[in-house]
Amino acid sequence: MENEPLLNSLQTGFPEATIAIGSDWPEMSIESTQLLEVIEKLKGSDNWDFNYLFCETCVDWKTHFTMVYHLSSTQFRHSMVLKAKVDREIPQIESVVKFYKTAEMLEREVYDLFGIQFLNHPDLRRLLLTEDWVGYPLRKDYHDPINMIKL
Amino acid sequence: MDVKVSEPSTPFPGTIHETPGGGILLSSLDDVINWARSNSLWPLVFGTSCCAIEMMSVASAKYDFSRFGFEVFRASPRQADVIIISGTIVNKMAPVLKRLFDQMPEPKYVIAMGACATSGGPFFYNTYSVVKGADHVIPVDVYLAGCPPRPEALLHALITLQEKIKSGLTREQIRSKMSEEYGK
Ligand code: SF4
Repeated sequence: MENEPLLNSLQTGFPEATIAIGSDWPEMSIESTQLLEVIEKLKGSDNWDFNYLFCETCVDWKTHFTMVYHLSSTQFRHSMVLKAKVDREIPQIESVVKFYKTAEMLEREVYDLFGIQFLNHPDLRRLLLTEDWVGYPLRKDYHDPINMIKL
Repeated sequence: MDVKVSEPSTPFPGTIHETPGGGILLSSLDDVINWARSNSLWPLVFGTSCCAIEMMSVASAKYDFSRFGFEVFRASPRQADVIIISGTIVNKMAPVLKRLFDQMPEPKYVIAMGACATSGGPFFYNTYSVVKGADHVIPVDVYLAGCPPRPEALLHALITLQEKIKSGLTREQIRSKMSEEYGK
């Protein structure tokens, strides 16, 4: 589907979500509690068939986090962005590993650098940093007086 | 058209005494060894980021550092003479770099290629993971500026290393010689 019809069909499918065309694809913002049901619907539906998670990352807005999921369909060749707000005090969200196996590594990376706890993740360990690392370096308030020279 | 044949910058160390039926070569063994060594330096396959792309192009047909005796990249530190640190060294890579350097047989040389390897470069400020200069980990012979340095600059660094080896001097000796020369 092209972006416009995809946007319209998403709007009919999820009337309560905010959807707009972003720089490349339709971007849909949802509540983090709805994540699993939304993804189940996006992946399971015959006219969307979002069967490929090609990027999963996180943004630190200082007041909250946003989890960002880039979904794509290998059948229809359309893509979309899914955004879910995560609380900064209790950084928890459901893992999407049961829908996309690739999320296992992506979520370990996000956990490693942002410290988001993925509920029901099969193996949530640090990925890039050493096992005994303290803190989450891609958070805006991260500070390391030994290795970092602040400018 | 005149073809100008220029002298090599450092000719064979020694003097030739013509005698009937041949010649006698006078030299010191150290000089000959250094001369031979400097013309056969095999680099280690070691590239950690973008500078490595420039290093590869220096090895390939257009620039071709084999012309200067840098022949082939060796994938084993035990067969390598020089390590070109082409790229960012992160804290996690530092022990690996040290170990590779330790595994190389003497004599061994190090070129720090690019801003990252000399000082941390673009990653000097506000990073938690980058070593601020590879010389925190292993001793460096030649520093090369640039981000990334052009292939010609790497060739110049390689030739500088050859000249350092041929001179047989340590860093301190080179420094005091330069300060004598320039009166600093
Ligand atoms: S000096 Fe520049 S080009 Fe070289 S590795 Fe660092 S960032 Fe890349």
